[in-house]
Amino acid sequence: MKHLLSAACLAFAGAAWAEPDPTDWDAVLKEAQGETVFWHAWGGATTTNDFIAWVGERVMNDYGVTLEHVKLTDTADAVSRVVAENAAGTDEGGAVDMIWINGENFIALKDAGLLFGPFAEQLPNWELVDADGKPVTVDFTVPTDGFESPWAAAQVVFIYDSETLENPPKSAEAIADWAAANPGRFTFPQPPDFLGTTFLKQMLFELVEDPARLQEDAGDDYATVTAPLWAWLEETTPNMWRGGRAYPQSGPRQLQLINDGEIDLAVSLSPGEATAAIANQQLPESARTFVLDAGTIGNASFVAIPYNANAKAGAMVVANFLLSPEAQLRAQTPDILGYGTVLDMDKLDGADRAAFDALELGVATLSPAELGTALPEPHASWMTRIEKDWRERYGVAN
Amino acid sequence: MSSERAVDAQSSRLSLVPALTIAVLIGPIAAGLTGTVLPAFGLLKVGGGGALSLAPWSQMADEPGIARAAWLSVKTGMISAIGALVGCLLLIAGWHGTRAFAALERLLSPLLSVPHAAAALGLAFLVAPSGWAARLTSPWLTGWERPPDLLIVGDPGGWALIAGLMAKELPFLMLMSLAALPQINSRERMQVALSLGYGRMRGWVLTVLPALYAQLRLPIYAVLAYAMSNVDVATVLGPTAPPTLSLIVLRWMTDPDLALRAPAAAAALLQLALVLGAIGLWRGGEVVAARAAQWAVETGQRGHAMTEALARGLGLSIAALAGVSILAGLASQLIWSLAGRWRFPEALPSSFGLRSWDRHGPPALDVTLATLGLAALAALIALFCVLGCLEAEHRRGRNLGRLGLLLLYLPLLLPQITFLPGLQILLLRVGAAQGFWPVLMTHIVFVLPYMFLALAGPFRAWDRRYATVAAGLGSGREAVLWKLRLPMLLAPILTAFAVGMAVSVGQYLPTLLAGGGRLVTLTTEALALSSGGDRRAIGVWTLALTLAAWVPFALALVLPRVIYRHRSGMRGG
Repeated sequence: MKHLLSAACLAFAGAAWAEPDPTDWDAVLKEAQGETVFWHAWGGATTTNDFIAWVGERVMNDYGVTLEHVKLTDTADAVSRVVAENAAGTDEGGAVDMIWINGENFIALKDAGLLFGPFAEQLPNWELVDADGKPVTVDFTVPTDGFESPWAAAQVVFIYDSETLENPPKSAEAIADWAAANPGRFTFPQPPDFLGTTFLKQMLFELVEDPARLQEDAGDDYATVTAPLWAWLEETTPNMWRGGRAYPQSGPRQLQLINDGEIDLAVSLSPGEATAAIANQQLPESARTFVLDAGTIGNASFVAIPYNANAKAGAMVVANFLLSPEAQLRAQTPDILGYGTVLDMDKLDGADRAAFDALELGVATLSPAELGTALPEPHASWMTRIEKDWRERYGVAN
Repeated sequence: MSSERAVDAQSSRLSLVPALTIAVLIGPIAAGLTGTVLPAFGLLKVGGGGALSLAPWSQMADEPGIARAAWLSVKTGMISAIGALVGCLLLIAGWHGTRAFAALERLLSPLLSVPHAAAALGLAFLVAPSGWAARLTSPWLTGWERPPDLLIVGDPGGWALIAGLMAKELPFLMLMSLAALPQINSRERMQVALSLGYGRMRGWVLTVLPALYAQLRLPIYAVLAYAMSNVDVATVLGPTAPPTLSLIVLRWMTDPDLALRAPAAAAALLQLALVLGAIGLWRGGEVVAARAAQWAVETGQRGHAMTEALARGLGLSIAALAGVSILAGLASQLIWSLAGRWRFPEALPSSFGLRSWDRHGPPALDVTLATLGLAALAALIALFCVLGCLEAEHRRGRNLGRLGLLLLYLPLLLPQITFLPGLQILLLRVGAAQGFWPVLMTHIVFVLPYMFLALAGPFRAWDRRYATVAAGLGSGREAVLWKLRLPMLLAPILTAFAVGMAVSVGQYLPTLLAGGGRLVTLTTEALALSSGGDRRAIGVWTLALTLAAWVPFALALVLPRVIYRHRSGMRGG
């Protein structure tokens, strides 16, 4: 991969302009002035859309960078564009300047040598990042190597309506029992939706004999290791919403189903999502969140810059702004986004730190202590195979 | 001498327009088909290279659920097309000329111009177990304190999709029928039938229908092709496990793994084969129906009052249900856009406010303007082509032949999902920029036929004696066109323009695939939001989408009245 990248750099050597150098930040700022950054980011949630619009206003005012949010229904769309442009020989002036990315999509681009960088650890605000405590340098067990810059920490939580569900089930077994006693009240987003696959991984963590095995590549013992998960699904699926014959197509769709009274439990990767949704009247006031007794998976959201991006300097300016205390604070504000910060509180200055401390997390958001330490994401190969198998067994069951 | 030459030059330039129009229509389709056929047989790979192989087909065949997906496409397409046609025919047979019909007729244009995505999103909320219909009747009638666990929207059998397609295609067939009825002397035919003692329905079916059907054939095939291969309605209302074939093609087309473009191309061709097969089957059905009608005539039966009343009632119910469900769906979107908290089973939100409009209104306005700009440009170019073609055929004194009509209908008969992926593959392969221009080109492909159909009737019906009089007064052909004909046809031209804009506003797949995600329109935005399920946001965007399609129609109604406020004879066109 490395030499593919240097080959790409060589190809550029003759071009009129050189790649922006993230270590020379003043030059980056200068080059970014007047650039338009097409940020390809999932556009299915109004809260994130609003946040990105706010980022756009701020980088316009401070750095003269125009930010265009290209709203995706699936991050894979942006990845496929970059791959396709590469195949077509569009090695500069590409359509995608920045992608909200993580996991398999990141790995696909990184392995193909289609990312610009490394740049993440050269960004001025990297100094503030909690690189030891938060999963910001490893993405689905693959080292990020500075090819993507984190901007939000995420952890699996479950959202429920405390009015209809007094004692929410806090393990895979409890979920199965509860679903059996209350058929039709539980569902998860249909894989390949990332949240649906995340739920399957979470259940795998719960049911697998040796969770440490999941940190390695899925190999010949894949069938044995995942057998308990399929048994669990075999038992639970008929008791699910619509008898498991239909699934919500995305995470936020589950919130609508809770609000409509159709289901009682939803999975989320954003601890603050429930509080934000209550504020937006998308969930009842009685909605709350919990984590499983054995803990839940956590990961980070990143932004990456394709190798052929048209506005690399502008994209780095946006990535850096996303790591600013101002943007992180806003992202963590419950009724705005409620995303966990990736900054280290000890590295912030007094005023910024006080602002974070003063943040009311909201009625439905768990405190860091209640969230506990996040479990590491399994190796991406598990996700790929589970997703495929699930689709074959349940995705076309009708 | 010199003026004659000038006239010749103008005429020859005009005669270029039909050729140009064919190029504009057929160019993208031919390119797209090439881009689909070649990769389906391994001859062209996005990554370069390629050799003849059937691997894409076996790769497609290995996809779990592919057979069922193909069957779902055939089933939902066939049943919804039959349903829309039967509803349309029963309504016209039973009610044409009555007051109830006149009332429905007034709803026709607004219903027709509601974009498919907007209608589907409205319908989805209306019929869901926790939807508006259930809320209005719960718990007092149904006893539901919680929504029942019923699979209605996205049911595996595709019935919600069928209902949505029927509701949206019925108005289109109605409009095409109403345009055709005056050409076939339907009133005279009915008078003969009635005087021979036939019942209204039976008489209509045996005397008017055969002539009407001949005129409706191509629109019906277009409906069938659309219903079998659409993406926008199926995304919202269709089954998901597995979805219809077109959605599998779309999923492969947007996958990061470029190798999946090959099975996508194969599946796109399978879709085409299914559509062609279905049209063939339909053609067979026509022959059987004609035999049955022949037999019915020979029995000499005049029709039973009972079946007559039943058929009339059925026709009115289907049409009214279609109209009411689309309008009620839109009304529910309006309410959601103004809703505060709204939980099941409340019939209405517990509070109202402008919050959602404050939040989503400004970006929706930006996208609305961009959408309308694109639509206006597409309609303008198409209008130039259509007027040029019509004027050329007027001067030649010959109307569009069968082949011309078929060419015109080609974009409507070919499934979009068959040639648009190919266009994308081709654009990618040659490294052409995706974005505004490819989108504009593909929009014109779909806008132009509808505008031609909308304008051809009034244009051809224009009384040639005006031209004769004007020529007698010394006006040349150009003067007749610009000073007489076009001003007199202002109203139908504006209506055709509005039709064109509405078609452009509603395009989803061309915008998505040719635009490469860079071009955001109201339709792509509304459908992107539909996966998220924020009903307030969906409400705002769906209404913006519907209004964008309606505003041009409103202008087309109002403008002639304003411009010709002192000349009442010019207002109606």
